[in-house]
Amino acid sequence: MYPFTFTTARDTRAALEAGRNGGRYIAGGTTLVDLMRETVERPGTLVDISPLPLRFVTVTARGGVRIGALVTMTDAAAHPAIRRLYPVVSAALELSASAQLRNMATIGGNIMQRTRCTYFRDVTAACNKRDPGSGCAAIGGFNRTHAILGTSDACVATHPSDLAVALTALDAKVRLAGSSGTRSVAIADFLLLPGATPDREQALRPGELITAVDIPAHPRPLRSGYLKVRDRQSYEFALAAAAVALHSSGGVIRTAKVAAGGVGTVPWRLSAVERHLIGRRPSTRLWSSAAELAAEGAKPLTHNRFKIELLQRTVERELRIVGGTA
Amino acid sequence: MSPQPQAAVGRPVSRVEGRLKVTGQAKYAADQTASGTAHAAVVDSSIARGRITGLDTAAAEACPGVLRVISHRNAPTLPYLPNRGSLNLPGERLHVFQDDRVLFHGQPVAVVVATTLEAAQHAASLVHVQYTAEPSATDLTSAPADEPTTYARGDAAAALASAAVRLDLTYRLSRMHHNPMEPHAIVTRWDGAELTVWDKTQWVQSTRDELAAVFGINPASVRVISPYVGGAFGNAARCWPHATIAALAAREAGRPVKLVLTRRQLYFGVGYRPAYEYRLSIGSDLQGRLTASVHDLRSETSRYETFAERGVLVPGRMLYTTPNVTQSHRTVPLDVNTPTPMRGPGYSTAAFPIESAVDELAHELGIDPIELRRRNEPENDQASGLPFSTRRLRECYTVGAREFGWNRRNPKPRTTRDGDWLIGMGVATAVYDTLRAPAQAHVRLDARGTAVVESATSDMGPGTYTSMSQVAADALGIDVPQVTFRLGDTTLPQAPVHGGSLTMASIGSTVQDGCDRVRQQAIALAVGDERSPLYGADPAAVVVYDGRLHVKGDPARGETYRQLLTRNDRTHLEATGSYTPAQSRASMHAYGAVFAEVAVDARLGMVRVRRMLGVYDAGRIISPKLADSQAIGGMVGGIGAALMEHTVTDHRDGRIVNANLAEYLVPVNADVPALKAIYLNGRDDQADPIGVKGLGEVVLVGVAPAVANAVFHATGRRVRHLPIAPEDLL
Ligand SMILES: Cc1cc2nc3c(=O)[nH]c(=O)nc-3n(C[C@H](O)[C@H](O)[C@H](O)COP(=O)(O)OP(=O)(O)OC[C@H]3O[C@@H](n4cnc5c(N)ncnc54)[C@H](O)[C@@H]3O)c2cc1C
Ligand code: SF4
Repeated sequence: MYPFTFTTARDTRAALEAGRNGGRYIAGGTTLVDLMRETVERPGTLVDISPLPLRFVTVTARGGVRIGALVTMTDAAAHPAIRRLYPVVSAALELSASAQLRNMATIGGNIMQRTRCTYFRDVTAACNKRDPGSGCAAIGGFNRTHAILGTSDACVATHPSDLAVALTALDAKVRLAGSSGTRSVAIADFLLLPGATPDREQALRPGELITAVDIPAHPRPLRSGYLKVRDRQSYEFALAAAAVALHSSGGVIRTAKVAAGGVGTVPWRLSAVERHLIGRRPSTRLWSSAAELAAEGAKPLTHNRFKIELLQRTVERELRIVGGTA
Repeated sequence: MSPQPQAAVGRPVSRVEGRLKVTGQAKYAADQTASGTAHAAVVDSSIARGRITGLDTAAAEACPGVLRVISHRNAPTLPYLPNRGSLNLPGERLHVFQDDRVLFHGQPVAVVVATTLEAAQHAASLVHVQYTAEPSATDLTSAPADEPTTYARGDAAAALASAAVRLDLTYRLSRMHHNPMEPHAIVTRWDGAELTVWDKTQWVQSTRDELAAVFGINPASVRVISPYVGGAFGNAARCWPHATIAALAAREAGRPVKLVLTRRQLYFGVGYRPAYEYRLSIGSDLQGRLTASVHDLRSETSRYETFAERGVLVPGRMLYTTPNVTQSHRTVPLDVNTPTPMRGPGYSTAAFPIESAVDELAHELGIDPIELRRRNEPENDQASGLPFSTRRLRECYTVGAREFGWNRRNPKPRTTRDGDWLIGMGVATAVYDTLRAPAQAHVRLDARGTAVVESATSDMGPGTYTSMSQVAADALGIDVPQVTFRLGDTTLPQAPVHGGSLTMASIGSTVQDGCDRVRQQAIALAVGDERSPLYGADPAAVVVYDGRLHVKGDPARGETYRQLLTRNDRTHLEATGSYTPAQSRASMHAYGAVFAEVAVDARLGMVRVRRMLGVYDAGRIISPKLADSQAIGGMVGGIGAALMEHTVTDHRDGRIVNANLAEYLVPVNADVPALKAIYLNGRDDQADPIGVKGLGEVVLVGVAPAVANAVFHATGRRVRHLPIAPEDLL
């Protein structure tokens, strides 16, 4: 670990001030500290933001939810309104990490977490994300867990967050505070494709702080859920995951929101699947024909070809679980 | 058999050191803090093969707190005298910092010694090493092999050619790492020419002898202390290069040095279970009676040492009646560090191909897999011609089938469903040989009726402290809390390596012998003492219970140890017990039948073990609670081997890709269902005086094939490699 100084921000202004001066925010510390130990991250100053008043969950009359950036994964998952309105969010959180980690880890930190690509975490390996221009060890190396969607010649790492997949399906927005005020960015625009600059992962300006995540009110009530396929039953990232939210009326699907995890360099919105579902009647056949569109554009690597089929089947299964087979 | 009442043995005693452990008072190697201790951090090579051409330590040396940076550039030449003990292997052990050669990815190339751990680690990350890399080979499948070890009986080729049924199958097993909770850790302190070492080890003598040989000093000048070990599974039996590094660093820095390997370093700084390719051809008649088997094995080893798993060829020779057998095992030297035994070594490797193939044959012939095994049950050990001391495998299967509900299994694969899940049941045989080795123990019984029993063995987790206390308690006729068992110190009476399931048999017999001697001394004292109520009694008729000597069948006639010793002005009685295994005139093994039920998601490939049962013929069970911990732990390990554990090497540069516990998967609680163990009541008196066969190894053997066979039964898909991943079942 490189030496660093540790400061605590008592309020948002102090945090932003420290952030502007190059300080690095630390919330639960569950992933930043690991990366510092591996010397992947070498911040000179850590700014502890845990005293900030960002531990709230508020619900709007129409069913929108605002989750403060410092709410723990445990608390967010267990919040009655989130459980009721957006079970997909609760499920994605509860299928993440372990109970101990979820008790410490925050919503803001979760969205900001960096890839689990093992070459990224091994400083002796070539990695464009960690060390721009050094190459990508994963493309010609062991890439079973890597992405099949959204990859570039520079980087094929997945975005590891489950929560972000659910938020992507629900069109959530990330609220940001900076020295020039606050702004709100759709999560789909917030998390960046690697392109030629995989080291740039979020549309975050220097010193900007995530203050909350907004799940917009959805005009029609949604049934939703999250399915995660992985190598063991807990405490493991997704090989493939599906976040599904549906609204049907009159026996016809009116709203379909579907996103995939474990397969994309960012949480992957499955618009083709959604389009296929809307206006159709739920049926086993519909689920499978829709799911066939899930891996459109996928580019498999040496060891992850199986993810194409696994993704389709995962989406199909979750459509059935959420949508039923009526 | 001991004439003593067995009050403690057979009772589910809780670990005598449990409280110390759960309250954090048990001091493991890394918890030792000799005053002035400095910390060491090792720099590892980032190529698999080549030479070090540049080594810039300026930045590291400039860090505050750094005392020394040691590499081949400035390290003294170390004697590295031959040492045939310490489980060293054919070839030559890795010499640290003696030249510029790199033999594997992760080889230690420098060590930083600093006043704090943080300074040492940070400075280590600043050491800049340049290499000229040479082409390396780390892939077992494509590299040339050594000359094979072979075995043959009958004419397997001919028998195979004429067999009614023939299967020719290739199985692959991944490299696995032990991954105990406690990382390897060592504290070394020189006092002049005397070296004191606190080590994580399964064998204090191994560390002592190796460090003595490496530094060219007398073993008597080295004391190794290791009271607690946080799991090892075989990985702390040898003395690895980091021990030399720590001792060298302490000498160079002129103060005690503590070195704790990082989790990442545990994937190349110490050994692992090697990867295998196991080609197996079997032939049988139409009734499923095996006529021939041909075993061709390839396994990885390093270029500097040859490691061939002991026992890997044994099951293929003796498990089932097979008149014609040929075997050939080739080690494949690669640019990797040296493998080492891991729980159930050899036997658990061989069990996967053999027990899978038997299952495949059963399916091919439409015979129940248990019935097929019964038809091949041998009368004696076909490799040695020796009779079995005890072999109750049939009974294991009978009991297991009944308890597990085997008869509910529809023999046709892919026929049982539970929603999206396909359900399957599988079985496999477990076998491991009964090892024993010479040992000594010292026993001292004091006038209060409490005893201290000592032997330089170890407790890596099975509960040596507890089980030995139980044996001692019964042999002395006192309660378990009256016994203090000491281990893990080279100043104690010598003991063999704590591995291979030989500790209970060997140390247990030794402890019993020592305690018997002390008890007999006490009895002799009493029956010869006119003031004793036992005066004149037949010594053979005197037993001790609850600290009181009395005539068997006449409890009123007796007195306590305390009364006896006090009256005779004796502060204590003492004796040294010893045990030397008798030459074996029997084939001695522990056996088991492992049953697994799995659910496999029909479309998503996820495998869940639903329940598991092991029925063991392991001789006498000294401590049922400890035995259950072993059996359950073995099953958990086997679930890991079946479904998760896999050390991944990037063959471009020999890098271990998943060198951490987030990427190297072991089962978590959610993966472990109801596990149950049953032990056939009995003992093996040919094995050793206390009748035990050993349990810690056999409980891992057979678990992975039982799971794999259950996966086949659930899905109809035969996966011939481990671990079985979701993509294998899509
Ligand atoms: C073994 C393991 C398994 C895991 N498994 C899963 C899993 O299955 N699914 C999953 O989704 N996650 C998983 N995780 C990741 C876990 O969810 C994250 O570690 C956690 O959410 C990070 O939150 P934190 O508050 O601890 O972040 P920190 O470690 O404190 O910070 C992480 C990053 O976010 C930045 N940051 C934090 N808060 C803010 C803010 N308000 N504004 C701007 N930047 C901020 C920090 O600067 C840092 O770069 C796992 C982690 C581990 C260690
Ligand atoms: S996939 Fe991305 S993170 Fe992984 S090694 Fe390549 S560049 Fe680095």
